[in-house]
Amino acid sequence: MSAPSLPELPSLPDLSGHFGRYGGRFVPEALVRALDELDDAYRTAKTDPIFQAEFGNLLKNYAGVPSLLYRAERLSRAVGAEILLKREDLNHTGAHKVRNVLGQALLAKRMGKPRVIAETGAGQHGVASATAAALLDLECVVYMGEMDTERQALNVARMRMLGATVIPVTNGSRTLKDALNEALRDWVASVDTTHYLLGTAAGPHPFPEIVRDFVGGIGVEARAQCLDQLGRLPDAVAACVGGGSNAIGIFHAFVPDEEVRLYGFEAGGEGVETGRHAASITGGSSGVLHGARTYVLQDEDGQTVESHSISAGLDYPGVGPEHAWLHDTGQAEYQPVTDAEAMAAFQLLCRTEGIIPAIESAHAIAGAVRIIPELSAEIGREPTIVINLSGRGDKDVHTAGAYFGILDPVETLVPGEQE
Amino acid sequence: MSISDIFRKARAENRAVLVGCMPAGFPTVEDSIASMIAMHEAGCDVIEVELPYSDPVMDGPVIQKASDIALAAGVRTRDTLHIIEAVAKAGAPVVLMTYWNPIEKYGVNAFARDLAAAGATGMITPDLIPDEAAEWIAAADEQSLDRTFLVSPSSTDERIAMTVANCRGFVYATALMGVTGARTSVSRQAPDLVARVRHADPEMPVGVGLGVGNGKQAAEVAGFADGVIVGSALIRCVLEATDRPTGLARLRALSGELAEGVRRPEK
Repeated sequence: MSAPSLPELPSLPDLSGHFGRYGGRFVPEALVRALDELDDAYRTAKTDPIFQAEFGNLLKNYAGVPSLLYRAERLSRAVGAEILLKREDLNHTGAHKVRNVLGQALLAKRMGKPRVIAETGAGQHGVASATAAALLDLECVVYMGEMDTERQALNVARMRMLGATVIPVTNGSRTLKDALNEALRDWVASVDTTHYLLGTAAGPHPFPEIVRDFVGGIGVEARAQCLDQLGRLPDAVAACVGGGSNAIGIFHAFVPDEEVRLYGFEAGGEGVETGRHAASITGGSSGVLHGARTYVLQDEDGQTVESHSISAGLDYPGVGPEHAWLHDTGQAEYQPVTDAEAMAAFQLLCRTEGIIPAIESAHAIAGAVRIIPELSAEIGREPTIVINLSGRGDKDVHTAGAYFGILDPVETLVPGEQE
Repeated sequence: MSISDIFRKARAENRAVLVGCMPAGFPTVEDSIASMIAMHEAGCDVIEVELPYSDPVMDGPVIQKASDIALAAGVRTRDTLHIIEAVAKAGAPVVLMTYWNPIEKYGVNAFARDLAAAGATGMITPDLIPDEAAEWIAAADEQSLDRTFLVSPSSTDERIAMTVANCRGFVYATALMGVTGARTSVSRQAPDLVARVRHADPEMPVGVGLGVGNGKQAAEVAGFADGVIVGSALIRCVLEATDRPTGLARLRALSGELAEGVRRPEK
């Protein structure tokens, strides 16, 4: 297989960035020129063989792309389906996000912008941005909710080691959405010198399209790998959905294949019915957030409601606009997966395959396992499911260890402190 | 009096219009009404009521904090309409400033109807550009409400022309590339931006916001713009006061100082 190139799938969004009624640009006028410049730069880059060669080269020789499509035999036997894992966890920096940051950092260079800013929740996109900035010699500033800097101190250290400046955001709920607000505020004041390296396929046009295209190689590769390894397409493709970049990255190439069902699994937190979740599509409603019309967690006055998920990477009260459109048109199906379901799947993958997944990706595994019975019944045989294993779980070992109660046995054994 | 009339009258008096901003429901519904009426009595020609929103990306720390306080106290969209009604009844011309999602959630037509019924003259939309505003433009026409969109130093001449063509009442020129909040000096980009707006439409009144905090700056901006928009500096009067009477007294004093400033434009 040759180095992946940007997928050539036109249609949506339209020229003004709309996917049906979703997407668009709901931004201060101050940002419009920067968005137009970015759009122009991207249109040119997209058809420029030099840019594509540079991007392809970095992906292949730096990030380790194309990632493997791995047949998970023991997991398959355990769940009664043929499971193929798209091993994005093996990419440099441990997730699909490296594809997006390399693409955008190259674009920033091309636009002559010496500085990039990024928002981050768990720190993965921040680490990826800091990595690309180090590689391409760009100044990098990462906005991170103060609460997240405390929860993810290791990633803060990583970013700093890579030369980035991490700015803790102390307003609002002090999490990802507030980091995004702060990054937008920075950008309004710094557009001349700064590219906003947005971390997911959301935000104002052209970000949803650019990010989708940069990560779209996931689906292009997976589709070709399926044809190569199986001689046919899978019955279903599954991915977790927070902002939705890994999901749109693997879905996009399969959208024209009507026989392939697309499943997006949102963070159901403690259960959608409890109100403590991050399932914007299945538990939210249409609205405008962070520059685009999409599904949003909001109250009846349109104020954003705080999201909840055990997975920091899915803990966001909005979703990319293309997912809203795929949902409304029935081209993809979205379901919530609770924290508990995700953690059971996390453990299942650890024990059957020796792979510690990101908790985000564990949502995709849990969801895929859930749909096996109905899929089997529908097609009359064991289904073949490609799951996007979007990231590795090193960053989640502390969370998972606490969840399973396997951290710090020494401390609980201090004499005299036992109950 | 319509906003257009207010600007016309001020032009005749060779002074600028003073627009004072206060978030609805900050720190409580009744207190915000009292603040706005005090601001008007002390010299703010127009009261800009800001609808508190959870994710105000155009606003700096002062307005964010005031909005958070209002939201934490439970202010609702219907409270904002109630506040507008009370302030308009007291004789102050009121314009609403709001991020878009609360309006979309309320229903654009229903909101335009209720906003007009409450007595507001129109709406400033910081994150709604004319490109996405077809529904609001139609609803504003239906209800005879003014539409104020923003122009920025980064706007191209084409976008300035398009934006001004979609405005009615006045256009909001953001004086600098950045968020709201008082600055120590007036942006050098502002006069140039105002000149570009005038080139696109010599008749459209231009209000300049972002960064004005005292009478001297107000006089400076009044030298080249039709309106001086002040938010954070006024809000800080209330935010930093230890009790309500002190806050109101400071609001009156600053409103008076700003009103004096817009009456001695520095040419």
